[in-house]
Amino acid sequence: MTHLSSAAAAGIYHYDEIDRRFLAERVEQFRRQVARRLSGELTEDEFKPIRLMNGLYLQLHAYMLRIAIPYGVLSSDQLRALAVIGRRYDRGYGHFTTRQNLQFNWIKLVDVPEILADLAAVDMHGIQTSGNCIRNVTTDQFAGAAADEIVDPRVYAEILRQWSTLHPEFSFLPRKFKIAITGSGHDRAAIAVHDIGIRARSGPGGAVGFEIFVGGGLGRSPFLGRRLADWVPEADLLGWLEAVLRVYNQYGRRDNIYKARIKILVHEVGIDRLREQVEEEFARIRGPKYRLDPEIVETIRRHFAPPAFAALPAVSPALEQARAGDPAFARWTRSNLTPHRQPGYAAVTISLKPTGGIPGDATSEQMEAVAALADRYSFGEIRVSHEQNLVLAHVRQDDLPALWRELGRHGLDAANAGLVGDIISCPGLDYCALANARSIPLAQDISRRFADLDLQHRIGPLKIKMSGCINACGHHHVGDIGILGVDKHGVETYQITIGGTATEEAALGQVVGPAVGYDQVADVVEALVALYLERRGEGESFLQTVARIGVRPFKEKVYGAAA
Amino acid sequence: MALLLKDGQPVGDSWTHLDDAAGAVPEGPVIVSLDRWRRDRAALITRNTPVGVRLKSNQLAPEIAADLARFALVALEFPRFRDGRAFSTARELREHHGYTGEIRAFGHILPDQYQFLVRTGFTTVELPDGAGLASWRHALAEIDVAYQAGVAGDAPLSLLRRKLATGPK
Repeated sequence: MTHLSSAAAAGIYHYDEIDRRFLAERVEQFRRQVARRLSGELTEDEFKPIRLMNGLYLQLHAYMLRIAIPYGVLSSDQLRALAVIGRRYDRGYGHFTTRQNLQFNWIKLVDVPEILADLAAVDMHGIQTSGNCIRNVTTDQFAGAAADEIVDPRVYAEILRQWSTLHPEFSFLPRKFKIAITGSGHDRAAIAVHDIGIRARSGPGGAVGFEIFVGGGLGRSPFLGRRLADWVPEADLLGWLEAVLRVYNQYGRRDNIYKARIKILVHEVGIDRLREQVEEEFARIRGPKYRLDPEIVETIRRHFAPPAFAALPAVSPALEQARAGDPAFARWTRSNLTPHRQPGYAAVTISLKPTGGIPGDATSEQMEAVAALADRYSFGEIRVSHEQNLVLAHVRQDDLPALWRELGRHGLDAANAGLVGDIISCPGLDYCALANARSIPLAQDISRRFADLDLQHRIGPLKIKMSGCINACGHHHVGDIGILGVDKHGVETYQITIGGTATEEAALGQVVGPAVGYDQVADVVEALVALYLERRGEGESFLQTVARIGVRPFKEKVYGAAA
Repeated sequence: MALLLKDGQPVGDSWTHLDDAAGAVPEGPVIVSLDRWRRDRAALITRNTPVGVRLKSNQLAPEIAADLARFALVALEFPRFRDGRAFSTARELREHHGYTGEIRAFGHILPDQYQFLVRTGFTTVELPDGAGLASWRHALAEIDVAYQAGVAGDAPLSLLRRKLATGPK
C-alpha cells in the first residue's frame, strides 16, 4: 500500500479514536445480531430491518452488501480495500450507485461479519445505506474543487453524517430519508429530488446559511422539493433538521408504504402548514442543546483543508500542446474535465460507461488502478458521482496527458462524461428483487448504438436515465431522456419521457407516447436524438429544444405523424 | 406479568394495567388508556392514588399535555417495533412539556432499541413475553458512543460526538 504523507494528501475526514471505537462496537453488535437470528431469538421480520440498517439486502440471486461512501469521498487506501473485498468475497468487481455508494452483488451471508471487519479496518461500513432511517448524505462530486463553489458542502455533509448516525429518535421513521447538500450555484447534487435538499449559501460578512427544500423524491409519485426555508443560520442547522424529522416521525403516514415518504406528507398537509409545524417545533427546541457550535464546524472544516496546490499558471502549455497533437485526447478533455478553482488544475471525471459496458461497474483491477492514479495525480483522493462515475478532483493540467494514457490502459478513458453514452441505470431485473424489467442490457444496447464518440460530442450534453421499475433508482423522471421499465402482463415494456432535469431548474420529464417493447427502446432513443439534432437552435440544449417546440414533434418522430 | 426493566436490571412493578372493559378500579397505582382517562377522569382524580396513562403510537404528546401533572407514569405503546413514533413522543414529553415522571415502553420492542429508548427519555421497559433477558441486559453496553444530543443527562452539543455515560456495566 502507498501511504501518503499528510502534506501530500487531500483533505478527507479521518476517523478518530471515538469513530473507530464506535465502528468496532457496531461490527460486534451485528455479529451478535446474526447469532440471535440463527438461534431464533430474532424472527426474520425483526432481523430484516437490522440487517438492512447495516447495508445487507437479500436480492434475486444472492445477498447484496451496500457500502456507505459518505458524500462520495474515498481515500486511495479505502478504494484499494474495496478492490480486495471485491476479489475475495465477490466476483472481482463492484457497482457504484446513484447514491454515491458501492454495492457488491454476490455476497454470502456467512462472509458478512468478516467483510464488515475488513471494511472497519479502513474506517468503512454499510451503516444506514438502507432501512427507514436517515441515509448516507450525498453531495456535489466536485466539492472543494469546483470553480463555481460558494460553500464547501463536505463540511456540513460530514456534520450531518455524524448527527444522523444511529440517531435515537429517527432510526424507525415511516420510511427512508435522504438528504443531499450542495454548495454551488449549479446544483450537481440533485437536491430537488431528495427528502431534504440543502443549498449552502454565503450571507453578509461571510456567514454561512442554508436554503432548505423538503419533500422531493422520485419513485411512483415523483415530486420536486418545496422551499421550506430561505435562510437557516449555520448554528440552527441541526435544530431545524431535528424539527423537520420530528414532525415527519410523528405525522408521516405509516399505513401505506407507498405513501410514507415525507413528500406525501408535504403533498397532503401542504407546504405552508408543514412550515408552521416545523417552525413551532423549532421554536420549542431552539437553544444551546441543538445549537451547532462554530468551533465544531471549524474542527470539521480543518479536515477538508485544501491540499498543497502548486502555484501554476492558469493555462498549461503541456496540455495545449497535447490537445493540438492528439484529437482523441482533445476530445476527452472536452467532455471529462471540470474547471477547478485553483489555476493550473482540473477536476477529472473517470467515466465508468465504456461502450457496451455496465453503468457504474468497476473491476477490482480498475479500482486499484484508479487508487494508484489518485496517489500519483490527485492527492490520494477519489470521488464517486451520483452519475455513477469516479472523479479525481485535483489534477494538474500538466499531468492530464499522462493520466489519460494510464486510464486508457485500464479501459477507463471513455470520453463521454455528461454525453449520451454516460447513461445512469439501476441494476434492474438482472439483480434486483423489486425490478419489473431489465435495465443493464438495455443501457448496454443504447451505449453501443452511440458508440461513435464523434457523434456523442456532436450531440453534446444529454442525460439518459433508466430505471427497471417504478421505484426510480435510475432517476428516469429527471433525465433529458428517461426510460422506465414496467411489466405489462408479463412482458417488459418501457415508458419514455423527455425534458426532465435534476439541476437547479429541476423538472420532471413528460411522457412521449405509449410504452414500447424492449427491442424498440434503442430505436426510440435514436429517433429522439435525431429530432433534437434536426431542430435544435444554435447552442440549444436538449431541454431548451423540448421547452421551445414541445413534446409533440418528438412524439411524431417516434410514432409517426398519425400519433 | 411482564418483566419490568430499569437501567438494564429487572425491577419490581407496583403498577397495574387496567383494561377499558374492567369495571371497578383495583387498589394501588393503575395505568389506564387515554379513552378511559377521558371517560373516568373525575373518579380517577378523586381516588388519591397514583394514576398513569397509556398511549397508542398515534396518540401524541399534545393529547395529554394539559393533564400531564396528574400522571405519575406515561406508558407508550410500540404496536410493532418498526413504528418509531413513541421515540418522538417521549422526547416531546421530556423536552417540551418538562415531564419528570416515569415514561414506560411496552409492546413489541427489541433490545436493539433499548439504547434509543433511554436516549429519548424512557425510564422503564415492559419486556415482551419471551424476551431474551440476556440480550436486554447487554444492550445498553453494546455501543457507548453517541454522535448527537439525547435526553437523559446529555450535555449540550458542545462536541458533536462523545462517549456516552452508560452507567454501571
